[in-house]
Amino acid sequence: MTEFLLGVWNGFPGWSQTTLLILVKILAILLPLILAVAYLTFAERKIIGYIQARIGPNRVGPRGWLQPIADAFKLMLKEIIVPTNANKFLFIMAPVLVFTPALAAWAVIPFTDTLVLANIDASLLFVLALTSMGVYGVIIAGWASNSKYAFLGAMRSAAQIVAYEIAMGFALVGVLMAAGSLNLREIVLHQEGGIHQWYLLPLFPLFLVYFIAGVAETNRAPFDVAEGESEIVAGFHVEYSGMAFAVFFLAEYANMILISALVTIMFLGGWLPPFNVAPFTWIPGLGWFLIKVSLILFCFLWFRATFPRYRYDQIMRLGWKVFIPVTLVWIGVIGGAMFLTPWGYLFH
Amino acid sequence: MLQNYLPILIFIGVAVFIGGVMMMMGRMLGPHRPDSEKLSPYECGFEAFEDSRMKFDVRYYLVAILFIIFDLEIAFLFPWAVVLREIGMFGFLSMMLFLGILVIGFIYEWKKGALEWE
Repeated sequence: MTEFLLGVWNGFPGWSQTTLLILVKILAILLPLILAVAYLTFAERKIIGYIQARIGPNRVGPRGWLQPIADAFKLMLKEIIVPTNANKFLFIMAPVLVFTPALAAWAVIPFTDTLVLANIDASLLFVLALTSMGVYGVIIAGWASNSKYAFLGAMRSAAQIVAYEIAMGFALVGVLMAAGSLNLREIVLHQEGGIHQWYLLPLFPLFLVYFIAGVAETNRAPFDVAEGESEIVAGFHVEYSGMAFAVFFLAEYANMILISALVTIMFLGGWLPPFNVAPFTWIPGLGWFLIKVSLILFCFLWFRATFPRYRYDQIMRLGWKVFIPVTLVWIGVIGGAMFLTPWGYLFH
Repeated sequence: MLQNYLPILIFIGVAVFIGGVMMMMGRMLGPHRPDSEKLSPYECGFEAFEDSRMKFDVRYYLVAILFIIFDLEIAFLFPWAVVLREIGMFGFLSMMLFLGILVIGFIYEWKKGALEWE
């Protein structure tokens, strides 16, 4: 049997063997990711439920564990409404345009030292480029819907994403200065040696800025004025229904997991254990990576349950007048420390 | 070298494919019973009494322009940060001079009130 399969496999020409192998690897990343997205929605409802002294969904399956699957089927069977005034082509294309970068950025994420699909030198640049793509989908969705609420939501969302992207970019520059490489895998390897080597400590202000900007970038509470259900109903996706809405929804959650993974890689030492001694080294690298990502994701949900929504002018003030000055100053501090003080080794 | 990028290309293709398939599935499995009320833009029960592509606040436009300046600056900073060890003190000070000029512009727009949203 094995020989027969091997014979079939060798019968393929070389290029298709490579392509098939890559496809299998991609599915090995995407299927767990989509499952994680589905169960993140479940975790969100459960955790926020318990924080508010409720039980959360508990009817579908044992203790509600089949809820995300039921939700998926329900959304699949709903009508996709395309409003008459809408620009049909752009209206249909926008969700896919938001969804694609949220998935494609995972191509360069190093899960462990060896477990990375494309180990390219410019992986950080690639991630930055792809996460910037999402805003096009949002603007196109809001404009193509030809509805006032959608238009207002898209304007708000675009201005907010754009403002926080600058702070995010500056925070990345700090990480680059410390690591001296654009390769995500090498950035993690530079943090080898235990919790005191993680960039969390020397770059602490940048960690805060990056994480909070990440929450704003994904339009999550308390920065969710783009959705603002109490004022502009659902923002840019008010006209979307059924599967078209589900695609936006999945993209938002995939982006949350992506931001968590990036925070883990750049500030929390990726797959590295916090202490290089016995009980901590027993957990494999992938385990540490998942633990850290889950921790950050829990913070996302915790924020939503805890903080009231910011006003729009407060959001813009935080982005332009607090985060950008803080990151600019800290870039100067890192550079100064590297060249002028004996503590430069902290950043090497 | 370049073949390292092949998985990324395929990955983008797969992501577009999955998104497309999901939209198609929704279209095929869901019902399709349009009527004029359902297809009108959402407006809290009103007839839409104004075009939705209306005038918007000029500050959104201003934010977009400021974004371009700062994003370009980040694009300058990226390669600089990667080779900072090699170019040493001189490289560091020249970039600080550049950042200083930009900060003067930033202070100016701050004082002018370009960042105000009352």
